[in-house]
Amino acid sequence: MPADRMPAERTAAAMVEPKAPPGPFAAFFRDFSENRAALVGLILLGLLVFVAIFADFLAPYSPIEQFREFTRIPPAWVEGGNRAFLLGTDEIGRDMLSRLIFGARLSLFIGLSVVVASMAVGIVLGLVAAFAPGWPSIVIMRAMDVILSVPSLLLAIVIVAIIGPSLTNTIVAITVVYLPYYVRLVRASAMQEKTRDYVTAARVGGAGTLRIMFKTVLPNCMAPIIVQAALTISNAILEAAALGFLGLGAQPPSPEWGAMLASAREFLQSAPWIVTEPGLAILITVLAINLVGDGLRDALDPKMRRS
Amino acid sequence: MFSFIIRRVLLVIPTFLAIAFLTFVAIRLVPGDPVEARTGERGISPERLAHFRHELGLDQPVWKQFLDYLWQIAHGDFGTSISTQTPILTEFTTLFPATLELAICAMLFATILGIPAGVIAATRRGTFVDYTLMGAALTGFSMPIFWWGLLLILFFSVDLGWTPVSGRIDLLYYFEPVTGFMLIDSWLSGQEGAFSSAVSHLILPTIVLGTIPLATIARMTRSAMLEILGEDYVRTARAKGLSPFRVVGIHALRNALIPVVTVIGLQVGALMAGAVLTEYIFSWPGIGSWLIESIQRRDYPVLQGGILLVSGIVIVINILVDLLYGVLNPRIRHAR
Amino acid sequence: MPLLEISDLTVDFKTGGGQFRAVDGVSLTVDRGEILAIVGESGSGKSVAMLAVMGLLPWTATVTARTLAFDGRDLLTLTPRERRRLVGKDMAMIFQEPMSSLNPCFTVGYQIGESLKVHLGLSKSERRQRSIELLDAVGIPDPERRLSAFPHQLSGGMSQRVMIAIALACRPKLIIADEPTTALDVTIQAQILELLVSLQRETDTGLVLITHDMGVVAETAERVSVHYAGQKIEEQPVAPLFEDPHHPYTAALLAALPERATGKRLPSIPGVVPGQFDRPPACLFEPRCRFATERCRTKAPPRQGAIAGFALCHYPLTHGRPIGHPHPEGREVAA
Repeated sequence: MPADRMPAERTAAAMVEPKAPPGPFAAFFRDFSENRAALVGLILLGLLVFVAIFADFLAPYSPIEQFREFTRIPPAWVEGGNRAFLLGTDEIGRDMLSRLIFGARLSLFIGLSVVVASMAVGIVLGLVAAFAPGWPSIVIMRAMDVILSVPSLLLAIVIVAIIGPSLTNTIVAITVVYLPYYVRLVRASAMQEKTRDYVTAARVGGAGTLRIMFKTVLPNCMAPIIVQAALTISNAILEAAALGFLGLGAQPPSPEWGAMLASAREFLQSAPWIVTEPGLAILITVLAINLVGDGLRDALDPKMRRS
Repeated sequence: MFSFIIRRVLLVIPTFLAIAFLTFVAIRLVPGDPVEARTGERGISPERLAHFRHELGLDQPVWKQFLDYLWQIAHGDFGTSISTQTPILTEFTTLFPATLELAICAMLFATILGIPAGVIAATRRGTFVDYTLMGAALTGFSMPIFWWGLLLILFFSVDLGWTPVSGRIDLLYYFEPVTGFMLIDSWLSGQEGAFSSAVSHLILPTIVLGTIPLATIARMTRSAMLEILGEDYVRTARAKGLSPFRVVGIHALRNALIPVVTVIGLQVGALMAGAVLTEYIFSWPGIGSWLIESIQRRDYPVLQGGILLVSGIVIVINILVDLLYGVLNPRIRHAR
Repeated sequence: MPLLEISDLTVDFKTGGGQFRAVDGVSLTVDRGEILAIVGESGSGKSVAMLAVMGLLPWTATVTARTLAFDGRDLLTLTPRERRRLVGKDMAMIFQEPMSSLNPCFTVGYQIGESLKVHLGLSKSERRQRSIELLDAVGIPDPERRLSAFPHQLSGGMSQRVMIAIALACRPKLIIADEPTTALDVTIQAQILELLVSLQRETDTGLVLITHDMGVVAETAERVSVHYAGQKIEEQPVAPLFEDPHHPYTAALLAALPERATGKRLPSIPGVVPGQFDRPPACLFEPRCRFATERCRTKAPPRQGAIAGFALCHYPLTHGRPIGHPHPEGREVAA
């Protein structure tokens, strides 16, 4: 038996001070901010929201104003560029920078509208499906299955083909496409929570079904809903851009980024900035939102935590 | 096993019927006169209008029209295209192989690159490699694919001249289609340079269509692997003194493939959506371009029949994926 | 020369809240053919110490030791490849949750055969034969059919038998069993333990049995090492330990056994094992100890000699009375 050594001599002072465990919100923010990419995404997103809100003040010109003598001017840092038009002009002389700035407002508006609408309707339908088993639940879930069976873009195209292409109809179409995700999510979460003891306690305490649905169960399902929301905003912006690209979204002269790409296609070689700039704008916006979404999911998912 | 298949198919029939109902309703919601929507003619005289109404069965009660519609579908009659006057099913089967070829290549591309990328990122979690791979995946995930396609065309076809801009094969090659798959047909034709021409035409569209599935598969594989690497049986495998390659590549990956295969299956729908845009950009003569053109030409029967057929195929593939899932996961196999 | 020699082993984990010391200066040895029991509550670091020996800790763990040797070989300086040749072959481990410790995607025969293939290079027919032998040795009926069974088709007891078969496959010199029966039904527990002990006797392997169940210890162990909050606080042969525990914690553990109950109420140990954020400054057991004094609160306890069971205590017990203590009757501790 080797001689047992004493554990290192510890006096009260030399030992590491026992730390207090962090509170829940502090822990969440620490987990989130540990993810530097998510922070970058958040800052970027903040900038984009700022630009979108204050577009009227930040944009040098109106997005639909045409400068007939200044068509297809390259960005200011390229030969042939013009300081007056920092990012150049498009094929009919509209300032790219202004159009991109107002496009940000449009895209973020679309993304937000879609999320709010599909979340609102989806939550209600999901809760109904969870709490009213029997034919309401079956009908709702079958309807969601149908929506999910048709590829997203195709469904949106069909809806827009029927109700006509416009900004509002784009929002409606994309909302329908993403509705099933919320319904399924909420229903699955609610059904799981429904059997928990705290719900039974609330029921025994006299809470009506409506109150249980919205005030008791729903707050506990919010974590995956929030993560899904981030994903939906970014997907909605991409789908809207795709519809715009196909000519089925916001109609010209609206500075929607996807529509800008549609008219730019023929100038791919001669004026590439008309193509690269709107696409970059979409990429940066969607990337920022996805970074934040990833950060949210990692911070809210207990399995990913390190300790 | 057989009962499992039967059950799945039976579950799916109501969904298919619902989609049929939806397309049935959809074409009736198109603004304008229903006869015009179906024949494409404008300003039809009243007698011809009545004639068409009768011929198209529009004077029947609605429920009977729906039943007739279902009856026609059951017999393979999905309607006739206004613009080409050919049966929609025929047009579909002619054009579908092009889309299928593209989709298969894109899926292979996504899987062959995506799964290893996810495994590597998971085993090197938190390192530069992990961040780079996942950063690239996230970027690919966040790009509008039509823009990505245009960029690639700009760079590789226009600037570098390495790949062609559009189409499936150089125009100077002509041969009778045997399978409809350009890769196979060009090989079979024996014409010199035909096969390589077919390949070079496939490269960019495959990359463009496969980028989003690639990103999704890589991310999904990484997160599945991370979860599984913490499981007890992985610890057992390590306790047996097995090499890291065996532990990760065999014990862990086999289990990770289960959710990954599900994701791959779910990608099919997204693939169809992506195919629409990809074919549009590369002038690829497949289902996607066909559907886009049908909208531009207001060929609504094509849109209606096309959506129904595409959805049907997506549903069938989902069933196949379910079966594959049963094969991979022994627990499902033995459950009654 | 002892089979397993551990001296001053320390394991720290990097966590979100700082460094956590799971194992603190633990020393012990195991000889060939000997059964050592490591006893302690959850959180005592008993499993972590053995996982460190096997090299199965995650990347967040830092392992330091003065000596960590197996069969004369220094484990600290092994390359990963050399270590993999030892682990699973000469040194095997079985775990607490048999149902989740087997890979659900592969058959039992495959999982047993893997060790045989990788370590011993046996051919397919040799592997099959040896696998049937092993399944038979661990008491599984109809072994040929069981080879093609999947883990989810087995019960808890059967799964653990399979795990034991896998551990024995390459005739190891040392088996570490981490709470092998905790997750099993009471009736099965006795069977599995009996199996382990009889196999150990037949093959003369060393056995380290990690458990929190004093009853198991009494039945099977030859020597006992008692752990608390990452430290080893006592070590004795089994009979003397039960007769005359020298550390207050051991005494309290034994007093809490239902079999030893004298009055109507079962004496329990008030308080909880210190976690990451509430470690006492000196003696780790002090907040819960009947005999704690000011000295216990401020000065780290010394390691006593063999006579006092190597207890980590200022006032080790002899027949229930602390030596050198100002108030030998003790006090009531607030729960």
